[in-house]
Amino acid sequence: MDLQSLIPFFILAPVIGFLCSLIIPARFETAISHVAFATASLNLAGIVFFLAYRNSLQVPAVNLEEFALYQTDGYAFVLDFYFDRTGAVFLFTGALLTFVITRFSKYYMHREPGYKRFFNTVLFFYSGFNFTILAGNFETLFIGWEILGISSFLLIAFYRDRYLPVRNAVRVFSIYRIGDVGLFLAMWASHHLWHENITFSKLNQSQLVHEHLLAHTETGIFISLMILIPAMAKSAQFPFSSWLPRAMEGPTPSSAIFYGSLSVHVGAFLLIRTFPFWSEQTSVRFLIGFIGLLTAFISFTIARVQSSIKSKIAYSSISQIGLIFIEIAAGWHGLALLHFMGNAFLRTYQLLVSPSLVSYLIRDQFYHFNPHRTSGEERMPVGFGSSLYVLSLREWNLDGIMNRYAFRPFKYLGHELDFLGMRLLLLVVLPLYFLLVLLLLNRSLLPELMAEVIPIAASAAGLLMVLKAFSERRSPFLAWSLVIMNHLWMALSVSFNEHFDADHTVLYLSGVAISGATGYVTLFWIRRKEPDAFNLNAYYGLSYAYPLQAFIFLLSALGVMGFPITSTFIGEDVIFSHVHETQYFLAFAIALGFVLSGIALIRVYARLFLGPHYKTDHPSSLRAS
Amino acid sequence: MVMTAHVVSHEDEELLHRLKHYLPSQAPLKDFIHHNPLHASQARPFHLACAESEARFGYHTRLLLGEYRQLYRDGVIRRDILQSIASKRLGNWIHAEHMLTQKDYNANRHVRIGALRDQWKSCFRINLDKEVHPVLFRLLASYTDQGIAIWQFPHVHSGFLTAVRTLEQESKVSLFRSEFVRDQFIRGTWSLGELLRQIAGDQALHERYLFDQQFAHPGWSGMACIIERQPDSLLDSRRLSLYDLVMVELYLELDALDSRFGAHRRALGELASQVEELFAPVTVSESDEVLATWQEALEWSYYDQVICGLTAQEHRCVATSGASFQAIFCIDDRECSIRRHIEKHIPDCQTYGTPGFFQGDFYFRPEHSKFHTKVCPAPVTPRHLIEEQEASHRHAQDRLETRHGHGLLGGWLVSQTMGFMAATRLIIQVLFPRENKLMVTSSAHMDPAGRLTIEHEHGAFSSEGLQIGYTPEEMALRAEELLRSIGLVKAFAPLIYVMGHGASSINNTYYAGYDCGACSGRPGSVNARVFAHMANHPEVRQILMTRGIYINDKTRFVAGLHDTTVDSFQFYDLDQLTETQRQLHGTYQASMDLALSDNAKERSRRFLLVRSSSPSRHVHRKVSRRAISLFEPRPELNHATNALCIVGSRTFSRHLYLDRRAFLNSYHYGMDPDGKHLAAILGAVTPVCGGINLEYFFSRMDNARLGSGSKLPHNVVGLVGVANGTDGDLRPGLPSQMIEMHTPLRLLVVVEHAPEVVLQVISRTDRLMEWYGNGWINLVAVDPKNHSAWRYNGEQFEEYTPLTQCLPVIRDVLDLDEFTEQDLPVYILK
Repeated sequence: MDLQSLIPFFILAPVIGFLCSLIIPARFETAISHVAFATASLNLAGIVFFLAYRNSLQVPAVNLEEFALYQTDGYAFVLDFYFDRTGAVFLFTGALLTFVITRFSKYYMHREPGYKRFFNTVLFFYSGFNFTILAGNFETLFIGWEILGISSFLLIAFYRDRYLPVRNAVRVFSIYRIGDVGLFLAMWASHHLWHENITFSKLNQSQLVHEHLLAHTETGIFISLMILIPAMAKSAQFPFSSWLPRAMEGPTPSSAIFYGSLSVHVGAFLLIRTFPFWSEQTSVRFLIGFIGLLTAFISFTIARVQSSIKSKIAYSSISQIGLIFIEIAAGWHGLALLHFMGNAFLRTYQLLVSPSLVSYLIRDQFYHFNPHRTSGEERMPVGFGSSLYVLSLREWNLDGIMNRYAFRPFKYLGHELDFLGMRLLLLVVLPLYFLLVLLLLNRSLLPELMAEVIPIAASAAGLLMVLKAFSERRSPFLAWSLVIMNHLWMALSVSFNEHFDADHTVLYLSGVAISGATGYVTLFWIRRKEPDAFNLNAYYGLSYAYPLQAFIFLLSALGVMGFPITSTFIGEDVIFSHVHETQYFLAFAIALGFVLSGIALIRVYARLFLGPHYKTDHPSSLRAS
Repeated sequence: MVMTAHVVSHEDEELLHRLKHYLPSQAPLKDFIHHNPLHASQARPFHLACAESEARFGYHTRLLLGEYRQLYRDGVIRRDILQSIASKRLGNWIHAEHMLTQKDYNANRHVRIGALRDQWKSCFRINLDKEVHPVLFRLLASYTDQGIAIWQFPHVHSGFLTAVRTLEQESKVSLFRSEFVRDQFIRGTWSLGELLRQIAGDQALHERYLFDQQFAHPGWSGMACIIERQPDSLLDSRRLSLYDLVMVELYLELDALDSRFGAHRRALGELASQVEELFAPVTVSESDEVLATWQEALEWSYYDQVICGLTAQEHRCVATSGASFQAIFCIDDRECSIRRHIEKHIPDCQTYGTPGFFQGDFYFRPEHSKFHTKVCPAPVTPRHLIEEQEASHRHAQDRLETRHGHGLLGGWLVSQTMGFMAATRLIIQVLFPRENKLMVTSSAHMDPAGRLTIEHEHGAFSSEGLQIGYTPEEMALRAEELLRSIGLVKAFAPLIYVMGHGASSINNTYYAGYDCGACSGRPGSVNARVFAHMANHPEVRQILMTRGIYINDKTRFVAGLHDTTVDSFQFYDLDQLTETQRQLHGTYQASMDLALSDNAKERSRRFLLVRSSSPSRHVHRKVSRRAISLFEPRPELNHATNALCIVGSRTFSRHLYLDRRAFLNSYHYGMDPDGKHLAAILGAVTPVCGGINLEYFFSRMDNARLGSGSKLPHNVVGLVGVANGTDGDLRPGLPSQMIEMHTPLRLLVVVEHAPEVVLQVISRTDRLMEWYGNGWINLVAVDPKNHSAWRYNGEQFEEYTPLTQCLPVIRDVLDLDEFTEQDLPVYILK
């Protein structure tokens, strides 16, 4: 059988299912759930049929170069797909669990406001999952990766009229975003390492990898580390672990499929996928193993003291993924895959039946109560035991660590920029920008030195914009404008960098321009309608009254942050490829801009449109609930 | 180290006492007992209490104006009713109509609770709750945990405050960030008042601050109060008190403030502006009046039909003598329809209703269990214990729920092996739901083959000092009380069924709320069996004969259980029946099965995903599958749509189709001229039905604050409650899935007796007066002499003439073409 013909099917089926589910009006509950169920069933049937046909799990690797989305001299954005045993296992598990979950949710979600939204998001997630699993190069994987991130955000914030889900969704999105930057930088560095869009199938040619790495040891290590960061973030490894229990805010089946099973194992998948690349780097292997071990131990202790079912399952799952990391680092991939499947199935099951545990365990207590229950920890020395207990109860302060080292510095820097207001932006920053654009157009007039300094200065300016946008707590306009300004400055800095290619810049900025403009229009409209709620100092929950505007604004925000719905997504990659391998600062600035602008935009969206509606004329939840 | 246990000052004691009064009082999950969520305001008139609770605590106690107007447009609220009520409450109709249907009111309320403490954010730019809640909730959950955590909270057997303090003292890692506050906490330096002085400031602000603070997380605060009041509501008991909770919370707040502001720390009162007194009088606005009018109109649009039907004597069924069998059910509204279907299939039977604990005031200890459980109404404190013997094991352990799954190496092994078992099981359960070990079944409450220690053997007492079983004299007392109260004292049929009820479900944290409310949220099987035994007892019958109740040898009481979710009957001790009785019982079986299927079909009209037009048997199969489906958030709809409580003989209401909305308590006015039994009935029925009704009522009105929101994201915390996600507060109240079908009507109690007698009965006790006098429950008496209806207006009965002229007549509700999920009107059954 022609294997290659199956790959587009696995990609397209969920995408088509997703698009269909978008079109069906919300009142046709059954049709929506049927579409979702049919999609999952088809995919499951496909993979089962395929495996049965092969009659073994020994799937030969296939690479399928689909098509170039964009191509100019020296640059091509190529969608590429790759299928092997790892892919088969993940694909099968994903299809099976989605099959179960869509069937389950048909009844479970019945009459729930947001029924359609739920299935849309699940199918969106599933598309992203298959995209990631079948990706043949980093660019393709990145598309799937981004979809996973945003659909996670949407599902955690499914109950968007409550405060905690929204806050946690933003938090999880932020952590994902930090991970994404690694992938972004890995892509950049590997452009320079390979001078092409390296496919995963080529990574399997150990001779080739070995040759390249020999000459560029540091770059190799850098890329490995940049791959490791997103893997750790997505799989909730140390020090990112604390997001996983907090992601359990959506309806139970979505928590089960996302955070119990599929989403959280994607980090492990990334490591298996890129194993040929870093397998020769002993230090990296040790590092991955060490992180796995550390996570396994820490989350094991945390899991033992959890008194709520979902957080207990979450931490148990994390500690198993820690072990999976060790297995991957050791090269035991068969075992890791088996472990992945078992863990995913078990946690999904445990989460789905978690409400039953009340009656089950109370009955257990009723019949088998032992007032002197012991768990072994009693034998520890008192001081040590109590310390470990408190430490575990406080989740080893992982949350605080993330806050202090990952977010607070930026917040602090941003607050230092409080003088940067709308007026300054319009009267000083913008004219300065146009001046530089003029200079760019007549760059022959520039002295040599200036040409080297300006890109750095421009990217620094862009960074300032985004830092301020990240910490802005008042004006949505200002935050929005600053993010767009960041894009402009970055485009400018790269344009100075080498031979000016207007096409690339236009490609990059056209998406920003369109989505930026729709965003502005929506913001103006909101300000006119709800002047009292047009602020970033609290959550205003405007999606309660304006769901359509909320959706449009979300799309605009996604467009501006370079989500693969506009040309900016490709443009970002193109622009990035122009950054020289020696320009670490520029690369860092662009990457940081990418992280912070994404967080800033999602925060604007969340603060304006999500959370409890600000009026008290209808029932709304307490913040603590 | 000094460990001073602080004596709580008198003022603080009183302050905590007031606070407790207002906090939610919902028991841990295992005992779900319905109560009025606004119990604190029950001494106030209903509509005033609603307006006050809105202004003070931000609860929504009425539908939105737009919702009432829509109901009016849909014809649910009738124009004539609205007119008559509006003219009394709002005056001139032209004017009133404008107010009701046209005028815009700003529904945005200024809510008082939280106003003081909110100023932490506005004046000090600190989000205290964000810092304190996660730690506090974790401590509380870990301390109260009943068996989720593998590693138990150290020192759980001390009180909460002491346990946390000891832990903090032993630990090298601190719960606090400020070294200074930590030291004070360990030493226990500060009293409650002193802490409040440092945090809130002036003494005058203390009460307000505590209310604001505790009402920011009413779930846990309420749980602490319940556990303090009833330590045995947890099997593994804990010494948690509101005082301890407040102390820990205040220390944590101080810690957050100290680590943020250090030496610059100031009390809230120093910067905060004055806020309105929480309990200052609330002015009732015009919009309050309008909403109250709408609510009354909604209620009376339904009540009016009921009263019309009850007073329409020409449709009454004629009482038959010589019933084929008699059946005593629980008053539960879910038994309302099954009784109707049985009566339809076996027209010459008689059914009765009485609280489903059947006068069995006892604890029940199942065999093999470590505890006994209360199976009578919550306020009753039993002195008797019934033990089960010779019963089989009913608690199977599930391999997939092993604790090893959460360990490191255990988890490694478990996930590689049992993970695949889990997958198989998931697929089977999702595609073809079947019985499994995680489900709750009403029939597992008691083993039908087991023996119950109903007979008291002289001197048999349990270790807790409870008397095991009853003496014949005690049995006779209870049997007589029950039979007299329902008016069954002669013409006993050969078979008298005593039917308890229970429910079955899976994946349902509210399972305890589905069983019999009169049995403290347990199935009524044991009670039914105990009562049947008592009434069959020869010595008891001897004693009863001396008191004028003659039950002859041909009469046999048969206990049974109705599973309201799957609609099935289970009967007990059938082997003790004589051959003739067994044959007789056999002849009714087929009809009872038909009745059960019809009942399932009638219920199915509210289950949207079941096609109700299919044949009854088919629908029944589908409906019963809900009890075993993991993915079914509504195994049944429980008490949703309850609105009525009818205290009277069956002939009083048998001709009416009341859907499943009525609690039916049998009572014969003729045998109770001075209202002695009526007093007992109302005394028992009022708090139980009123509690159920108002819990549904307010959970429907404000599902976000008085209810628990959607149950789909719920996370079980410590087996005591549910929360959203992992950082949330506990959510008391009913989930949206239980109340979405509920039309919020206050209960209407209709008593078939002379209004003078009813007035005497309710005026005799303050507790009844609180319910009826303040309008938390509506009361109507139908005078049996002339079938006139009398409405209680809070002071006296006044005659009520229904505006409904006649009711539509149907033969059977299943014949209706329009078989919708909506509420149906009252029909006359032909």
